[in-house]
Amino acid sequence: MRLLAAALLLSAAALAAKPLAAPRPPVLSGAGPVINTTLVNDAVVGSSEFPARLSDYNFFTDAAATRPGIGVIEYRLNTPLWSDGADKSRFLYLPPKGQATANGDGLLGLPVGAALIKHFAFGGKLVETRVLLHRADGWVALPYVWNAEQTEARLALAGKRIELTTPGGQAISYAVPNKNQCKDCHSQDGAVIPVGPKAYNLSPEWLAGLKSRGWIDQMPKVSRRIPLWEDRAKVKVADAARGYLDANCAHCHSPQGAASNSGLYLGWTVKDRTALGVKKRPVAAGRGAGPHEFAIVPGKPDQSILLYRMASTEGGVAMPELGRETRDPDGEAVVRAWIAGMR
Amino acid sequence: MRMSATLIAAASALALAAPLHAKTIAVAAGEGAQTRLQEALILAAPGDVVELGAGRFVLTDGLSLDVKGVTLRGKGMDATVLDFTGQKGAGEGLLVTSDEVTLRDFAVENTKGDGIKSKGADNVVYYRVRVTWTGGPNETNGAYGIYPVESTGVLIDGCKVSGASDAGIYVGQSAGITVRHSVAEGNVAGIEIENSRNALVTRNYVTRNTGGILIFDLPNLPRMGGGNVRVEDNLVIANDTPNFAPKGNIVASVPSGTGIMIMANDDVRIRGNTLSGHYTAQIMVVTYPNAFKDPRYNPYPRHVQVGYNTFSTGNQNRDTLGRLQADPYPAGAFPKVLWDGLGGTQVFAPGAGLTAINLNFPKQGAGLDQAKPQPFDLPAFTGVPPMTAYVGAPAALDNRITP
Repeated sequence: MRLLAAALLLSAAALAAKPLAAPRPPVLSGAGPVINTTLVNDAVVGSSEFPARLSDYNFFTDAAATRPGIGVIEYRLNTPLWSDGADKSRFLYLPPKGQATANGDGLLGLPVGAALIKHFAFGGKLVETRVLLHRADGWVALPYVWNAEQTEARLALAGKRIELTTPGGQAISYAVPNKNQCKDCHSQDGAVIPVGPKAYNLSPEWLAGLKSRGWIDQMPKVSRRIPLWEDRAKVKVADAARGYLDANCAHCHSPQGAASNSGLYLGWTVKDRTALGVKKRPVAAGRGAGPHEFAIVPGKPDQSILLYRMASTEGGVAMPELGRETRDPDGEAVVRAWIAGMR
Repeated sequence: MRMSATLIAAASALALAAPLHAKTIAVAAGEGAQTRLQEALILAAPGDVVELGAGRFVLTDGLSLDVKGVTLRGKGMDATVLDFTGQKGAGEGLLVTSDEVTLRDFAVENTKGDGIKSKGADNVVYYRVRVTWTGGPNETNGAYGIYPVESTGVLIDGCKVSGASDAGIYVGQSAGITVRHSVAEGNVAGIEIENSRNALVTRNYVTRNTGGILIFDLPNLPRMGGGNVRVEDNLVIANDTPNFAPKGNIVASVPSGTGIMIMANDDVRIRGNTLSGHYTAQIMVVTYPNAFKDPRYNPYPRHVQVGYNTFSTGNQNRDTLGRLQADPYPAGAFPKVLWDGLGGTQVFAPGAGLTAINLNFPKQGAGLDQAKPQPFDLPAFTGVPPMTAYVGAPAALDNRITP
């Protein structure tokens, strides 16, 4: 049993597609494999409670939450959410005998008992960790805020404002979302769901790793993948921009999302040009539209509401509404170039 | 002794209405209000009442409620104020995403975006809620004051909204709606029902907005085909505030001095209203003016019935649209209804037989420069067909507004 656990841990480490923002701790010590005997607390993951501390779950084997526990697998997204330039690391937890299921190029199916864990760090310090728990009655999203000593993260149900400096050097009032705000983005037809792990935004190598270990039922069939964000200058600008919009906007701007009523749908697989915003008038944008008439005016990024809202940090105008206090120059550049080249 | 059937029925009805162990969570204004109130809204159980104390709750972020059947109640729309003047983030002051919620007896002030939004929240009640931008009409105010969307069952009663840079009370993509006994003043649109069905707008006081009551249907939205709307017994007075909506929004095209405006929609009945002081048009019936490609969308108004309403001091010829209407009419007379002339014979249902003006637009999307105004008499009553479905919020929602 313990040996199996150790083997699992090693596989999990080997699967990690990309190093942590903070240097990943070595899995091998000089004497041989570190045998991690800590099991994730499945009872806590599956309970109906809101655990007060991140450590209650045992997702990590150290207080600083850098070493994933058994069944906890790090992953990355090809193109991520901006999040004010936070250094983020993401982990998937699959419970014993739990298996993910492929769902075409879309969101992986994850069994009850699974969890997604996401760290947010600035300047080498963890600020918050968000967890998504798949419980018997559905997914639950909970935010945890780290203490100054970096030894403990405590539940912040009502969210929190934290003064910090971004990698871009801006002092901001960073907003940890409250539990309901988690759902604003993580919502499909009113139910909480994961956003990130869609097959089209995951690397085939990572997915193959899952498959080879039997942690997913089959390799998801993906015809077109969102490009890696760091490759944005090398790929078609439309692909880079559409990937960015999928990761940053489509969780709300989809027919089942929180912005369903807008009719503006920005997912990677959307084909309807009007739904994508081309010559589409705003519906309930209010002053978010600024002086502009259309979400996208082909060839005219400076007349496009989409870019206008991306470039604002003012409440009521800025998009996304949550999770962005600063502008993302790289994201704006890609979307600007895409609209500029559009006919 | 046997329990009577009535008593059993009453007991079960009570059990349905208020789950066992429903509790009241009191939240006072003061230090830490943001966290304390948001926690209460998260930890509330279905049936609970979150009771706001009197005073000013100074808030920095949007609040949200996602628990079914919760009542959020203050000490009165002038006594309990959620003050968002210092709001840093979120798209609205309060967001409700759960069904069967009652919001009552409190105010929301100076939100950065919308005031209160309820989305996909069926059977929502707004009772004696005030939403105000205290600086008056201003382009930088939030868009909507009270904003239910994608919901079935909406009751708005005794509310008061002013300063919204789009619509004070806006109900979008919903069905089963009543807006009554409310005041909308100094917004771009006072009350707007958009892409919605089975709506009753009655006994409201709508004044000093750019346009008083708007019934719109727009393309490219998940829910279209608005209609079955009754606009009855409202006071629609001097809606003459210059339009201060941001340009891209559809309400930015509403001319100042408009009383009631119908755009697209099928079966709208306007009767018993008092309209006064609208220098552009007391009642305007028009086609969606912009280009669109949505094959599911019908841009024309159909079966609009203008019944007996009271009109005074209408068109005073202050702008192009005013002059266009005035030319064909002798001094002192003014048309009660302005129609763009599009949509054919289906546009008006028989009504009070009023004087109207037909701008004779050549086609959908035409501009004012192509107007050829002509006097026009609306058809007179020949019998009123019943509406095709029940109009208004479900009657059961009334039970939640007892004092």
